[in-house]
Amino acid sequence: MAKISVKVDGVAYSDDVEPRTLLVHYLRETLGKVGTVVGCDTSNCGACTVHLDGRSVKSCNVLAVQADGHEVTTIEGLADGDTLHPVQQAFHECHALQCGYCTPGMIMQATSFLADNPTPTEDEVRVGMEGNLCRCTGYHNIVKAVMAAAGEGGGAK
Amino acid sequence: MIPASFDYVAPTTLDEALAALAEHGDDAKVLGGGQSLLPVLRMRLNAPELVVDLGRIEELRGIRDNGDAIVIGAMTTYADLLADASVGEHLSLLHKAVAEVADEQIRHRGTVGGAVVHADPAGDVGPAVLALDAQMVIVGPSGRRTVAAADFFTGLFETAVGEGEVLVEIRLPKHTGWGAHYEKFVRVSHQWSIVAVAATVKSDGGTFTEAKVALANMGSTPLRAKATEAALMGQPATDDAVRAAAASAADGTNPPSDLNGDADYRRHLATVLTRRAVLAAARS
Ligand SMILES: Cc1cc2nc3c(=O)[nH]c(=O)nc-3n(C[C@H](O)[C@H](O)[C@H](O)COP(=O)(O)OP(=O)(O)OC[C@H]3O[C@@H](n4cnc5c(N)ncnc54)[C@H](O)[C@@H]3O)c2cc1C
Ligand code: FES
Ligand code: FES
Repeated sequence: MAKISVKVDGVAYSDDVEPRTLLVHYLRETLGKVGTVVGCDTSNCGACTVHLDGRSVKSCNVLAVQADGHEVTTIEGLADGDTLHPVQQAFHECHALQCGYCTPGMIMQATSFLADNPTPTEDEVRVGMEGNLCRCTGYHNIVKAVMAAAGEGGGAK
Repeated sequence: MIPASFDYVAPTTLDEALAALAEHGDDAKVLGGGQSLLPVLRMRLNAPELVVDLGRIEELRGIRDNGDAIVIGAMTTYADLLADASVGEHLSLLHKAVAEVADEQIRHRGTVGGAVVHADPAGDVGPAVLALDAQMVIVGPSGRRTVAAADFFTGLFETAVGEGEVLVEIRLPKHTGWGAHYEKFVRVSHQWSIVAVAATVKSDGGTFTEAKVALANMGSTPLRAKATEAALMGQPATDDAVRAAAASAADGTNPPSDLNGDADYRRHLATVLTRRAVLAAARS
């Protein structure tokens, strides 16, 4: 067992974990943050995307021990109380989801991407989101939502 | 899936990392950014007893200008490399190849050192460092040594980095003012190359005076397209001349056959992509 201290969605946690524990399993099973989901076994799908020190990562491809001393933001930490984050709001308004399974990862990648590139072109959005797969929507409304959020200052947070 | 159990250390100095590796021999495995190693551990293709994480060793991270060369710490992430102005200015080819690796999330974690030591023949960093005549600096129990990129990739997923050793940095001679292009052929977005071509060239009055071309996934290691390089010298940077030189791009290669295409298809692709890459490099 290894002792880790991690700040997740603004709250400091200290836990004993097995070194082999993946960050996504620590979030879901130890902290109960089941908003972050697992969609694949190959680190391809991006459903598990969270921010590590403000940058998007696939939490199925990071060990919990690697996050020791660092800060994690999940989809559960994005809204400000009852006010959705502009990217969440845009996904809602543009109907950028069907089953919703890819959505937490899509939103976490979109917020990280917009922080680096607040005024992207549609092509840049498609390339920036290439690590996130959606099996339902055909991506059209997802791209629309990210573009709409950019217009709403989606990169601000 | 979940990896088999292992012990974990995250030393803060290179000496401590080397000591941990020396103590555990081939039961130990180095962890860089984890973007290839963690999938391997999760699929249980490997089950080390000890994982030595280099992620907390500051001296392995960062990019410095050494006058003639740019020196890149092995633990520098793809994202940090892309954000570094000196790489864009002096090593345009490397910048363009790294921009094509995987996706943004993976580029936030994956490291340049991990990429070359992993040595996937379809990897994007290998052909760039090979074309740029990089020097790889390796430290181990018997001290520090430097290996040319041409001698570094020794086989399929194999490099000159031996047991108990760590790649510490990559030194790349500046290619300031060279044109560069990385042409990656994939079926869908964010995949490994079916074939890719890294080209960097210099010309004078529209005539090639230098040309370096390397191929991904045309054998068990990245390969230089030597015949094409020689054929380009002194030629004009025109469609016809480049097409003729690119016709020999697959000479001496041994490409794999798989569901993406057979070896003959890859040989054909290599000539087409080399033509595109060299022309784009000349016009960049
Ligand atoms: C979904 C997905 C898509 C990908 N697509 C691409 C792609 O299109 N193109 C591409 O090039 N790559 C791709 N990759 C691989 C990615 O580039 C990896 O990050 C890279 O290959 C390994 O770098 P790392 O720092 O993550 O190394 P790790 O995964 O930590 O390590 C890889 C290997 O190198 C060893 N190692 C690491 N650092 C050192 C060191 N300093 N000294 C000695 N040994 C070391 C480790 O022991 C291990 O054997 C993809 C990966 C994924 C998961
Ligand atoms: S679950 Fe992490 S990328 Fe698919
Ligand atoms: S909405 Fe179903 S996977 Fe994207």
